[in-house]
Order: sequence, then structure tokens, then C-alpha cells
Amino acid sequence: MLLPALVLLAAFTHYPAVATIIDSFMSTPKPNRPSVFVGLDNYASMIEDPIFWQALRNNLWFALATIPLSVGLALAMALWVNGRMAGRGFLRMAYFTPTVLPMIAVANIWLFFYTPTYGLLEQIGGALGLPSQNWLGDKSTALASITVVAIWKEAGFFMIFYLAALQGISPSLREAAAIEGAGRWFFFRRVLWPLLMPTTIFVLVNAVINAFRMVDHVVVMTRGGPDNATSLLLYHLYEVGFKYWDQGYAAAITVVLLAALATVALVQFFVLDKKAHY
Amino acid sequence: MSGQPFQQQSPVVDTIAAWLLAILWVLPLLYAVWTAFHPSEFSAKFSLSAPITLENFERAWGAAPFARYFFNTTVLVAMILAAQLLLCTLAAYAFVRYEFRGKNILFALVLVQLMIMPDILLVENYKTMSKLGLIDTLLGIGLPYFASAFAIFLLRQTFKGIPKELVEAATMEGASSLQILWRVYVPLAKPVYVAFSLVSVSYHWNNFLWPLVVTNSVNSRPLTVGLQVFASTDQGIDWSIITAATLLTAAPLLGAFLLFQRQFVQSFMRAGIK
Repeated sequence: MLLPALVLLAAFTHYPAVATIIDSFMSTPKPNRPSVFVGLDNYASMIEDPIFWQALRNNLWFALATIPLSVGLALAMALWVNGRMAGRGFLRMAYFTPTVLPMIAVANIWLFFYTPTYGLLEQIGGALGLPSQNWLGDKSTALASITVVAIWKEAGFFMIFYLAALQGISPSLREAAAIEGAGRWFFFRRVLWPLLMPTTIFVLVNAVINAFRMVDHVVVMTRGGPDNATSLLLYHLYEVGFKYWDQGYAAAITVVLLAALATVALVQFFVLDKKAHY
Repeated sequence: MSGQPFQQQSPVVDTIAAWLLAILWVLPLLYAVWTAFHPSEFSAKFSLSAPITLENFERAWGAAPFARYFFNTTVLVAMILAAQLLLCTLAAYAFVRYEFRGKNILFALVLVQLMIMPDILLVENYKTMSKLGLIDTLLGIGLPYFASAFAIFLLRQTFKGIPKELVEAATMEGASSLQILWRVYVPLAKPVYVAFSLVSVSYHWNNFLWPLVVTNSVNSRPLTVGLQVFASTDQGIDWSIITAATLLTAAPLLGAFLLFQRQFVQSFMRAGIK
């Protein structure tokens, strides 16, 4: 009964993970020259590849911006939607809608939103008398523009988990706090936040994974440009693997990604899981 | 929720902030809807007198094989879901009902996939697919996702919570192992199946990078890849048509979501709580 699922898992998760590591020490096979062992050559070319470093820097920047902002917004959204607020149903729908849209569709919509002259952003800016700005074409704003899209897409998804957790918290806690005369902020900081810790950790882990996995919008909106300003690791991997067909080097980049994810897994397993249960 | 007596009314500042954020959140979508439903000369101009038209949708539909893309995506999503439900039910059942050596290690190996999704391993998986001759087929897109660690994990948790007495009673009546699975476990896990199905369908309807890599013709391209090919090549910058096509792509899920909001939200919640 286990066998079919295990065979498929092994074939498409474990085998490729191991094969990637092996391939990262091999040269890329060519029609007249099979792949040979080249030691650390692929890693050496990685260190010398300025685009790789740029993609890594971009990705770290992207992660550092998306993770706290999307998680923070998600928490705020959940607190609002969970409270008694006018139009709660509409708010919940508005926040959650980006989650069910394909990232490709989202990216196209935002591409239009950002477009020079036609885009809504440009029109609002123009009405306010701001100078024209090519959001995605300018190296200084392109990465930030991409980051905003990711936050927009993710926050509503994470909100759901906070909402679920908030609904599981007994109302008598709030009663008790109210009787003690605790303020809203105090109640949040001393009661809700600790109780939400397991959710926060769960959401954080997902946010970290997503930060290294989301590239659909890069493909649509900028293709890594201008001048690699928005290239992320997985996008660079995609280009190396399927545009330049350099499998050996692509394997080396994959190993870096795998290492990043493995680190997340280990941190979660050994550090965060212990903190989540007190 | 609303029945809780001590939940204070939210302060005005919060309400305003919440609404501002919500408006910000729907704005890009509304803008796209405006553009898609109006003639292109109004694509960036707002005017109450702008005529509403479906022409952009017609032109988009005619400009690329969207019917084929819809068909491909539907088949793909259905195939993946069917395989996931079958394979992962069996696997989860085996983990719950039987004792065998190395069970915990095997389960840990299953969970590896939660961290390392097939998306990251696309170079190796591409090689495997070309060895199997599955490049540019729907099966090739779906195969890496058939065994879902997430489904196995979720179902195992659910199955574990099913009372032993029910299983014992069924055994007394002479039910076989598979009959017990089918008559006792599966019906009791129904909400989890619904939750997982919704999550899986929305994930695979929206999946892009792997399908982009393994497909290279209209025959197997799903909607997302089709949309990208359509928007990036022959359209120039006719935003009316591109946004119309974009909305078409998202329409089935978006429509289902707006109709069954509560189920969607609850399913995503259920799938997220361990």
C-alpha cells in the first residue's frame, strides 16, 4: 500500500536531490563529450559569476522584505477580521482573493498597474503632479516593485492561519483581561502574541520557503531585468538550466537552494519547535 | 466571533486602516476588470459613460488556443487530484494501521518533500522526464506531484484520530482491511478530503514554472503557461486583451471562491492546522 507513493516520492524528491549533488561535481554533457568529474569547477564558476551573487543578494533582500511585511500584515488582517468590524465579510474577501489567483495572472495585473503612462500608479502619480516613474524598468525600484507583488499575494494566505488560531483562543481570556483592566496593546502583547507563537512559527517557515520559491512573477514582469536587478536564485537557476542548458552549473545552484531549505528545516526542527511548546 | 460578549467594538482608527488596506488590496484587480470590460480607448481613462463590452474577451479567446489550454488544465488538475487522493490515502492508512520496521524513518523521508518541493529540483526532474519520454505531456507535468507528502501527513493525522472501537467493530463483522479503509476511515475524513482537494486544485491550477519547463507545445500547455506565451509574444501591449485573457485564466477559481467563500477559507484553515 505504501509502495506506489514511496516509489514516486523517491523518484521525484530523493533521487533528484541526491543526483543534483553528484551532478554539481560533473561537467555538463555535450553531444560529443560525456559528462566527466570536474571536482569543484562548477562551484568555482559560481563564485566568479557576478549574476549569481546579484541573484543571491536580491533574494536575501526579497526575503528580508517579504517575510516580516507579509506576516505582520497577515496578523493585522486577522485581528481586524476576527474583531467586530463593519464590513467584515468584504474585508476578509478582499484580503484573501489574491491567494486564489494564479501568480501569473497576478503578475500580469500588476504589470499593467505599474506600466508607464497607462498604469494606475502612474495616473495617480500624474494627478498628484509627481514625475513619471518607470517602476519596473528602473534598477532602483524594480526589486521593490516585485517585492510588493509578493507581499500582496501572500499576506491574505497567512491571514487564514492566524484567523484559525485566533478563533481557537478562548473568549474568557479576553473577559479576564477586561476585568483586570488590561489595555488592548497589553492584552495583545502578553496574551495573544504568546498564544499565537506556534502559528507565527508555522507561517514564518512557509514564508521563508516561499521567498526562495516564488519566481513566477519575475518571469512575467521583468525576466530578471533590468540588468539582473530582479533576478532571484530560482530564476537564475531556471535561466542557467533551461536557457543556457548548463546542467552542471545549474546543479551547483540547486545545491545552494537545497542547502538554504535544509537550513530552514533544521532550524525549525531543533530550535523553533522547542520554543513553540512551553 | 460575533457571539462573544466581551469582544469590544473595534476602534474607528482600526476600521479605517482595515478598509484602506482592503481597498488597496482589491485595487489592482478592479483596475484589470475595468480595462477588460471596456474598449481599449478607455483602458486607462475613467469615464462613467464608457460602454461595457465583452469584445476583449472574444478577441483574446480567438487570439490563442485558450479552449485547449482550459482543457489541458482541467485534465491535469483532475489527474493530479485523483492520483493524490488514491496514493496518499493508501500510504496514510498503511502508516496508521500497520507496524513495520523503519516506519518512523520512512515517514521522516516522506516529510522531506514538505521542504524540498519538486519546483526546486526542476533540472533533475526534467532529465528524468526526458528519459521516460514524458516531455511535453500532461502526465509529465503531473507525475512529480502524484505522491504528496502534505496529503499523506494530513490524512495520517486524521486517521490517527479515528476511534479504535469503530475499527474493532468493523473487524468483528468480518470486514477486510480495505473495506475498513473505505467504510470507516474515508467517510470520517471527508472534511479533510474536501480541504485538501481545494488546496490541491488551486495550487495546480496556478502552478507555472515546472509546466513552463516541461511543455513546449499547445498540446500540453496548461492555462498559466498559455497565458504567459500569449501575453509575452504576439500581443504587443494591447492591455485590454491581455487583462481579458488574464481574467479568463483566473475566472474559474475566482468564481468558485466568491461563491463558496466560507468553504474555501475553512478548507485552507483546516489544511493549515496540524
